[in-house]
Amino acid sequence: MVTSVTNFGRSGLSDWLMQRVTGVILLAYTVVIAGVLLLCSPDYAQWKALFDETWMKTFTLAAILSIASHAWIGLWSVSTDYLVRHVLTIKLGPAVGAQANLLRWAFQAASAVVLFTYVVWGIQILWG
Amino acid sequence: MLNVSIYRYNPETDAEPYMQDLEVDTAGKDLMVLDVLELIKAEDTTTSYRRSCREGVCGSDGMNINGKNGLACIMPLSEAMKGGNKLVLRPLPGLPVIRDLVVDMSLFYKQYEKVKPFLINDTPAPAIERLQSPEEREKLDGLYECILCACCSTACPSFWWNPDRFIGPSGLLQAYRFLADSRDTSTEQRLADLDDPFSVFRCHGIQNCVSVCPKGLNPTKAIGHIRNMLLTSAT
Ligand code: SF4
Ligand code: SF4
Ligand code: FES
Repeated sequence: MVTSVTNFGRSGLSDWLMQRVTGVILLAYTVVIAGVLLLCSPDYAQWKALFDETWMKTFTLAAILSIASHAWIGLWSVSTDYLVRHVLTIKLGPAVGAQANLLRWAFQAASAVVLFTYVVWGIQILWG
Repeated sequence: MLNVSIYRYNPETDAEPYMQDLEVDTAGKDLMVLDVLELIKAEDTTTSYRRSCREGVCGSDGMNINGKNGLACIMPLSEAMKGGNKLVLRPLPGLPVIRDLVVDMSLFYKQYEKVKPFLINDTPAPAIERLQSPEEREKLDGLYECILCACCSTACPSFWWNPDRFIGPSGLLQAYRFLADSRDTSTEQRLADLDDPFSVFRCHGIQNCVSVCPKGLNPTKAIGHIRNMLLTSAT
């Protein structure tokens, strides 16, 4: 219906579901990491041993991918709320408002680059 | 004497909007906000606002009363001012102001139109009428009562940011009113039209809509039902 170009044809429902699923994964990961830190305050060797386990690598990768997609959907929403012509015109004046599309795309591109970098970097750390 | 501060803007004569401070003699009565406006208009006929039924039925006098959207005709001063001594009247937020308290509702109606607020039924029409069981009819309670006053949509931050793409609480309440109607056969198409990232999913459950609706309706709940229907139809 609207803007299937900028949202890559996603449906609102799949975005919404994605936020829920990735949210649960991130919550679970946080609980596990916090649990490990609180219960056994591991030294470097134990820490390394933990991250040598395949399940931990997989779980961490899932968490990294979750952060990336969670953040992308969230930042995309925020940018389409605030970095639009009428909002920028009211807040920062018509000159800035006229550049809304450019600013929004720049912000989305920068977000995408940063998130992609995090994913690649994370994979390198896990399997490097 | 009642202190009133009222938003004034006449695009033909004013460079920008301003707040006009007045004193109104209410004879100590707990009038409705609309009665106060009528007293003001009797003194200054240029004061502009919409009104018709003066009993909470037509939905034309939605405005921002001491910071909260409501219908002036059914809002008593005591409730509007909550013990304070000043009545502050502004137009509904988020829509362009035409003059004083009168806003341009085009965007609001455009969103209403989008949900096709009428029964769609492609089966042959029966001789007399399409019947509903009492249970089926009950599903429309809390939905059909909406008077399209726009108090809810103009209190919703998501509607402020995306009034052209987010249908808003009022339109979505009506969307669900037709999704829930046993006589409507267009459910699949209606759902398909709503499944983009803006129409429904810009609702973040802030519930401003629920807290202002003068008819006590619950758009957030209706939006939840739509989301569940989308979920069910997709899985
Ligand atoms: S619950 Fe949804 S529709 Fe209602 S005010 Fe909040 S964001 Fe708007
Ligand atoms: S849901 Fe309530 S506040 Fe919203 S338009 Fe209908 S009657 Fe007005
Ligand atoms: S005048 Fe009709 S609802 Fe207030």
